[in-house]
Amino acid sequence: MYKIIVLAKQVPDTRNVGKDAMKADGTVNRAALPAIFNPEDLNALELALEIKDQYPDTKITLLTMGPVRAAEILREGMYRGADAGVLLTDKAFAGSDTLATSYALSCAIRKIGEADLILAGRQAIDGDTAQVGPQVADKLGIPQITYAEEIISLHDRTIQVKRRLERGVEVVECTLPVLITAHSTAPECRPRNAKRLMRFKRATTLSERHTTAEDYLAVHNDQAVLITEWCAKDVNSDLVQLGLGGSPTKVRQVENIVFQAKESKVISTDDAEIESLMQELISQHTIG
Amino acid sequence: MNNVCVYCEFEEGRIQEVSYELLTKGRSLANQLNCKLEALVLGEGLNGLEKEVSRYGVDILYMADDKRLYPYTTLPHTAVAVGLFKQTHPQIVLMGATSIGRDLGPRISSSLTSGLTADCTNLEIGEYEDKKAGKKYENLLYQIRPAFGGNIVATIVNPDNRPQMATVREGVMKKETISDTHKAELIYLDAGQYLRDEDLVVKIIERHMETSKVNLKNSSIIIAGGYGVGSKENFNLLYELAHTLGAEVGASRAAVDAGFTDKERQIGQTGITVRPKLYIACGISGQIQHIAGMQDSAMVISINNDANAPINKLADYVIQGNLETIIPKMIKYYKKNIK
Ligand SMILES: Cc1cc2nc3c(=O)[nH]c(=O)nc-3n(C[C@H](O)[C@H](O)[C@H](O)COP(=O)(O)OP(=O)(O)OC[C@H]3O[C@@H](n4cnc5c(N)ncnc54)[C@H](O)[C@@H]3O)c2cc1C
Ligand SMILES: Nc1ncnc2c1ncn2[C@@H]1O[C@H](COP(=O)(O)O)[C@@H](O)[C@H]1O
Repeated sequence: MYKIIVLAKQVPDTRNVGKDAMKADGTVNRAALPAIFNPEDLNALELALEIKDQYPDTKITLLTMGPVRAAEILREGMYRGADAGVLLTDKAFAGSDTLATSYALSCAIRKIGEADLILAGRQAIDGDTAQVGPQVADKLGIPQITYAEEIISLHDRTIQVKRRLERGVEVVECTLPVLITAHSTAPECRPRNAKRLMRFKRATTLSERHTTAEDYLAVHNDQAVLITEWCAKDVNSDLVQLGLGGSPTKVRQVENIVFQAKESKVISTDDAEIESLMQELISQHTIG
Repeated sequence: MNNVCVYCEFEEGRIQEVSYELLTKGRSLANQLNCKLEALVLGEGLNGLEKEVSRYGVDILYMADDKRLYPYTTLPHTAVAVGLFKQTHPQIVLMGATSIGRDLGPRISSSLTSGLTADCTNLEIGEYEDKKAGKKYENLLYQIRPAFGGNIVATIVNPDNRPQMATVREGVMKKETISDTHKAELIYLDAGQYLRDEDLVVKIIERHMETSKVNLKNSSIIIAGGYGVGSKENFNLLYELAHTLGAEVGASRAAVDAGFTDKERQIGQTGITVRPKLYIACGISGQIQHIAGMQDSAMVISINNDANAPINKLADYVIQGNLETIIPKMIKYYKKNIK
């Protein structure tokens, strides 16, 4: 039996940044961006589920740090096959950079205890930093295998993984425990399972229960599954290393970029106009 | 002490381009800070590299030549780099935003509790005031990168922790040698002094390196397609135009994410940086992360059906309309007029 922890983050869907994503004043309109399960974290979950397919008594715990609403992705993960979810939420985490985030996550991982395998996404699409995985591994003092595309085998606590690199592939082997980050080329996550959906639909955190209408609770409290919710103190973290204060990186300034608008020549789809543009480019030797 | 250090990537007998680009940047930062430029090369069979590395104005070259350091694996490289930095206390450490740099950088930064900024598009030296703490800092590294969501660029600093670390993609900085006769002081490191047995737990079983088929960096004309191209089939129009003009095809991230084309064609902050003679942007809106990778193009043509697309502001020519009608006409009239 393997104990697996999957790190997952709820992120704004930056892939669908449309025109309404920016407000007139140049700031981000977060409301226009749906919050989603970070895509490569779903790949990580699938790698965990494949291990569970092979070793059915494997236990998969999803761990996320974020606001109360991030419990949405824990439920999503449970619909798809995760056994349990842990939400790490506290005002003390606000403003964390990757180092403070990985410190908090590593405290929670210690509290969950004895993980054989930790899986994370390669990177989160809100910042593309790809730092949290390796930093968590470092905090836990365990090795890491980044950019995993496939878990080739896992026997007797020895794992073989295929890594997708910028310019090639590599197969590596390591004994557990290890932290693995999943690349987008890893298998896509299986869809929700209808039975699990019924079972975990009402899985909630304590905070969510407090904000839900009383009568709803009265009806559903019994059969509802409780999602573990921890604050900074619950995971025995050192407050100094958390949040803004525990983050070595500071944002000095955020600038709106105003491009020096060039004198551009506007051309229509008229045949004559396009022909004359092509002639101009040829005579300038830009093309041809 | 407190110098600028560049971790140089060694692969298949040579130092990677991005490392030379960073040495060039590191040289100018060191000049401004009045400190030395150091390079760190870890691998096996490094003899003879010192001459090439020196040309970029490196003052001190640290080398560890050991079979346990090649091919790259995370823990041995972390152990040597962290061990060295604990002795030399560099104020700045730069590395490529490559498969290796992005695997190693966070590990080192966690080990030394120092901040790391990924994918910087610019690095400068400047001051910083922490108004809350009433503290002023001079000569900090400004780590500049486009930030989430749109037309903003963030400047990140690490006021208190050292080293200040940043990764930069290949092609973002320009490489330039200082002198062919310059000689760095060469210091050999004994890897055995830093490595423990536990650092060798990850073993490489197999390795295949491929050379990329796409050569965007060296193309003088690039036809780039965005989400507005609409489909994989429509991307064929771009290949056709590229074939006609002797160009290469690039893409925005939205086009790559939508599956219209391959990741290796992505241009921008998290893709490739290009500086072609002509850049034709087809159905690309021009978000800052994309612009970051193509703003130094000599000439830009934007094909877009939205007259207010941000990219139009930096275009020399704006062809307003649907690319499905415009591109075939461009092909037709190019063929007609070229002799
Ligand atoms: C951390 C991070 C890193 C990123 N890195 C990169 C990067 O490296 N490279 C990158 O490109 N992006 C990057 N992005 C994404 C970037 O913010 C934008 O989302 C992306 O560049 C948008 O791509 P697009 O212009 O193709 O799509 P859209 O913004 O959707 O624009 C499509 C354009 O096509 C036009 N159009 C539609 N139909 C037609 C038609 N028939 N004919 C002509 N025009 C048409 C529309 O008017 C519009 O202007 C990054 C984002 C984040 C958060
Ligand atoms: N707040 C978080 N909660 C849980 N996992 C996280 C969090 N932030 C990052 N991760 C994990 O670390 C990976 C890399 O994140 P990043 O360094 O932000 O690109 C993500 O794909 C997640 O698996």
